[in-house]
Amino acid sequence: MTPVWSQLANLGAALAFIFALKALSSPKTARLGNRVGALGAIAAVAIVFFSESNLKHLNWILIAVALGTIFGFFAARKVQMTQMPQMVALFNGVGGGAAMAVSVIEFLNAGQEESFIALLATVFTVVVGSVSFTGSIVTFLKLQELMTSRPVVLPFGRTITIGTAVATLFFSIYLLVFPEIWALWILVVLSLILGVLFVLPVGGADVPIVISLLNAFTGLSVAASGYVLDNVLLLVAGTLVGASGTLLTQLMAKAMGRPLTSTLFGAFTATASSQAAAASDRPVKSAGPSDIAIMLTYASKVIIVPGYGLAVAQAQQTLRELVDLLISKGVEVEYAIHPVAGRMPGHMNVLLAEADVPYEQLKEMDEINSEFANTSVAVVVGANDVVNPAARTDSTSPIFGMPILNADQAEQIVFMKRSMRPGFAGVENELLFNEKTTLLFGDAKDSLAKVVAAVKTM
Amino acid sequence: MDAGIALLTIFILSIFVGFEVVSKVSTILHTPLMSGANAIHGVILVGAIIVTGHADSNLELFLGLAAVVLATINMVGGFVVTDRMLELFKSKKNKSGDNK
Repeated sequence: MTPVWSQLANLGAALAFIFALKALSSPKTARLGNRVGALGAIAAVAIVFFSESNLKHLNWILIAVALGTIFGFFAARKVQMTQMPQMVALFNGVGGGAAMAVSVIEFLNAGQEESFIALLATVFTVVVGSVSFTGSIVTFLKLQELMTSRPVVLPFGRTITIGTAVATLFFSIYLLVFPEIWALWILVVLSLILGVLFVLPVGGADVPIVISLLNAFTGLSVAASGYVLDNVLLLVAGTLVGASGTLLTQLMAKAMGRPLTSTLFGAFTATASSQAAAASDRPVKSAGPSDIAIMLTYASKVIIVPGYGLAVAQAQQTLRELVDLLISKGVEVEYAIHPVAGRMPGHMNVLLAEADVPYEQLKEMDEINSEFANTSVAVVVGANDVVNPAARTDSTSPIFGMPILNADQAEQIVFMKRSMRPGFAGVENELLFNEKTTLLFGDAKDSLAKVVAAVKTM
Repeated sequence: MDAGIALLTIFILSIFVGFEVVSKVSTILHTPLMSGANAIHGVILVGAIIVTGHADSNLELFLGLAAVVLATINMVGGFVVTDRMLELFKSKKNKSGDNK
């Protein structure tokens, strides 16, 4: 039994974590909360070295902690905000891997004597932690574009996945009845494979949901390993993360307008790839930067719809310049942020915050959708699927049912696009051919800079 | 109370606390929420240190040290990256000075 003072300290750490999450309810308190959480975590780790009696291999452990700190710190300092989703996926994956390894060691130590519930928790951690580990790594590879971000469909993919899942289930049950070490190793290998198979068929646009789900998975496996180790802090921390991941996953699935199951089993798969190739040559209306500048300067209200393409072009700063300029000329400007804008929930907010856009100007979909009808110009920069009316009308479209921003209700719509290529989901956007729509072709940053220059001359 | 039941009680209450707290998180902060929650499950480091400290075989030691490295990356990286993001969220009032 661990000493009472260390149990109390663990309680303090658990409260620090709850505070960290609670502080995220407002950007004003969020940073402080995160730091309190970090302090709680550091304290909890420091305490283990004193409260646990007879820890062996101390030197090795300290070296390992130092190594991890260096890697983690530099990775976190160097990563660009556009690459945040893959960073989160990677950090999440290594956490899952750690939870899995902890349970494996605990099983090697005490497997035969564990109670049934502890065994159940061990099996759970091994399976879910492994899936989270390899699943997150595949997600990382997809987002980092080290492999294709399109759904990968293996021949007989579904059969293989189901087969692996069944085998995993079989060995899980086997372990519960006969806790033998060889069966554990088979279970580890099967679960690692299952993680890969689980994420491979998920298409680019659905990846954010998967990150969030895997986050919940890691949380739950940490909670289960807390049960195995009889450690209340791990149990509480893991459960908090499990709850937050589950909630976010539900929100995301709702924002995409599809049940979670269709995301995970790849509804996008077939249709998306067949339509992607066909960039159409139907007539569209395009204009130069000065025409757009006139349109914007004399507008009474402008709503900006930013998408990931904006960040890819590194054009957030230029966009903010344009918005500041328009505001100084008396135009009312707001940003409409779709819940899945960017590559993970809330990603666009981070990208715009990086460009010093005050968060008060960022409006969520529910808040702003009714305002498009009395808006003079909706400017869509680097976004596509989130304003595609097909989501409302065309039941054959892969994005059908996804709630969208009502940009089509504005008096005029300006699209800044590099080409007529369809968006992430690979679907043609009817709004491009609308008679209210004007296109400004070119790199988002270039186009915005030209519009800024033109507005300045007015 | 039986120790197992006590843990189960804590588990269930934590679920409610988790949902309650997270449902109040502002939507603009969903990305920091994810990375912050991510950092929190980095406390698996505590578990990793405990099992590694009691490792009897080389296999256990090797696995344990791997877990310690991975968990530390998770924890340190998670908190640092979240801090970096939250630093970006400024209010209109206190940003007037740093307009480029």
